[in-house]
Amino acid sequence: MKTKTFPRGIHPPEYKDITANKPIEVMPPPEKVFIPLHQHFGKPAQPLVKKGDAVCVGQKIGEGQGLFSASVHSSISGKVLSVEDYFHPLGMPILTVSIENDGEDRPLQEIEKTEEPLSLSPKELCNKVKDAGIVGLGGAAFPTAVKLSPPKDKPVDMIIINGCECEPFLTADYRLMLEFTDDILMGAELARIATGAKRIIVGIEDNKKDAYALFQEKSAGKSIDVQLLKTKYPQGAEKNLIYALLRREVPRGGLPFDVGVIVQNVGTVKAIWDAVHKGKPLYERVITVSGPGIKDPKNLLVRIGTPFQEVIDFCGGIEDGTNILLMGGPMMGLSQWNPEAPVIKGTSGILALKTPVSFKEYECIGCSRCVEHCPMGLVPTRLAKHVKYNHLKGAEEWGILDCVECGSCQYTCPAKIYLVQWIRLGKNIIISNKRKKSA
Amino acid sequence: MDVLIPIITMSALGFLFSLGLVFAYKKLRVQEDPRVLLVMEILPQVNCGACGYSGCRTFAEAIVKGDAPANGCPVGGEEVAHQLVKTLGLEAVEVIKKVARVHCRGTTSAAKESGLYRGIFTCYASHLVGGQKQCSYGCLGFGDCVEVCPFDAIYMGEEGLPLVREDKCTGCGKCVDACPRNIIELHNIKQNILIFCRSLDRGPTARKACKNACIACGICVRACPEAIVLENNLAKIVHYKKIPQDKIPDIEKCPTKAIGLIHKEKKKQEDDR
Repeated sequence: MKTKTFPRGIHPPEYKDITANKPIEVMPPPEKVFIPLHQHFGKPAQPLVKKGDAVCVGQKIGEGQGLFSASVHSSISGKVLSVEDYFHPLGMPILTVSIENDGEDRPLQEIEKTEEPLSLSPKELCNKVKDAGIVGLGGAAFPTAVKLSPPKDKPVDMIIINGCECEPFLTADYRLMLEFTDDILMGAELARIATGAKRIIVGIEDNKKDAYALFQEKSAGKSIDVQLLKTKYPQGAEKNLIYALLRREVPRGGLPFDVGVIVQNVGTVKAIWDAVHKGKPLYERVITVSGPGIKDPKNLLVRIGTPFQEVIDFCGGIEDGTNILLMGGPMMGLSQWNPEAPVIKGTSGILALKTPVSFKEYECIGCSRCVEHCPMGLVPTRLAKHVKYNHLKGAEEWGILDCVECGSCQYTCPAKIYLVQWIRLGKNIIISNKRKKSA
Repeated sequence: MDVLIPIITMSALGFLFSLGLVFAYKKLRVQEDPRVLLVMEILPQVNCGACGYSGCRTFAEAIVKGDAPANGCPVGGEEVAHQLVKTLGLEAVEVIKKVARVHCRGTTSAAKESGLYRGIFTCYASHLVGGQKQCSYGCLGFGDCVEVCPFDAIYMGEEGLPLVREDKCTGCGKCVDACPRNIIELHNIKQNILIFCRSLDRGPTARKACKNACIACGICVRACPEAIVLENNLAKIVHYKKIPQDKIPDIEKCPTKAIGLIHKEKKKQEDDR
């Protein structure tokens, strides 16, 4: 059978066999959690608790502000120690609620379970998703409630469930697909009802054939289409996935709504099902702890707010010679220096690597490998030069804002130019200039 | 006879075009205030944009129109303001000379690095990924401010911190905008006491990241409560004029030397040089 894919892209080594056959383990709740009130794309949540308050598991501790925001829930039961700035994996200090565990794991008094979730109206579903604080669990942490309520003039006819997991090392989504197949399919159905779409497509890369077979078996007789995709990075990037499956191209600066599609990660749809059916807000997630620097790599179900150090200790600790600690995959992950940083909703994995790194940036030799591999069809070397010499207008004309920062260009660059960082820098300056102008 | 034809044609054409020029000179002429040129001559002509206008010319036009104040050019300072007042017959204005000052003492020996930084060597780029120092508020030391200074008044010291040559600094504020961590501020040159820290971390955290951080112990506040306050784990000078000279030794008891006299700092800079 011919597998679908998008043009260009790269083939990094996978290293998925380290954790692929390890079932998801539940990590016991830690002594203390640090839950940042800003874990998502958009405005930070406003704290609802203060120092000394007692909280239960799943209690809302931060209320989302406005449309582009998400609520935050407590992941353990206990006493609030403080509400103040704390270290965040993204690098800057952010208002964080720290809670001390009382060891009881006391759930909320009233849990709103829905016995017949499929009979709910789209609006009720959206409200439940919003209340549960669900964000995209693929890594970008875009509020799901926003995705599920597309604008009226842009009808959605297709829901894509993203089971690609194209980043090397990560196997959390793969394990979810094997162990919670029914939950994922039901969650997808809920997402379909919420948006009024007609069809569901599940896209799975061909290095996960058993998950593909399982999905085909379970979805038989339903209006669900399971598709096999070529193993290639970045297959799981929203715009590339849409092109690979439907041959629809998202316009410049547009969102998947514009072509009538919504893409949801498998973890996200499972969270939707849990929230609507079991009344469980998003306070824990599955992450992969892997890499050559971890003694006992695992797939773990962790509470949001657990410090990285405790997760790593649970996996046997760090080996000597480890020089890089990453949150997320090796291609797009963020380097961490402080292992006290907490797990947030967007954490898909914790990796400890022993890769030697070179610190020197050489001159561009004009080999055009970055151009050959850019999945968005941009010219990364040109963009980087525009930013370097402060010609932002040129960079914008060459489509710098379309860059998805997947890192394919830098991966292939023989001169080791920090292409992604230059492009990110340029994007940031352009966006902040625009904000200044409109303000 | 033939030779006359081109001569006549050319002179007729010349006459026609000269008519056009006369018309343009009389009717399409833009009336320019002669005072703008006078003002232009007084202004320093560096087009730095510190006045808030795009350059010296637009600023001159604004002054002549009365939109901009005579002390609007921070680069020219007192001298330019007085000349402007004299030439244009404006009301006399007070000029406060402001200079840029760096609110950080996170030198390479004092502030701990968070890891080996691999990436672009500018402050902005480093700041986007969280910075290569453990302190999230301090100077990153790549010199974005040095790069933008049009007067060569700021340079990178040996300790990894930017130093300001106050005689050259005109207070244009370009470095203030360039700093991604907002640790450079314009101050009245007469203000001699300064807080050399911007960390909002709690005492122990701040101290762990940098030896010279303000730990919000409150010694300076107790010495001079009407002028200094504690705000978000950081001391802040509210009214520097209210600091009496005899209280300065008390203020200087700061355990991390995060607050102190600027002239001592300057002397140290000169020694560095």
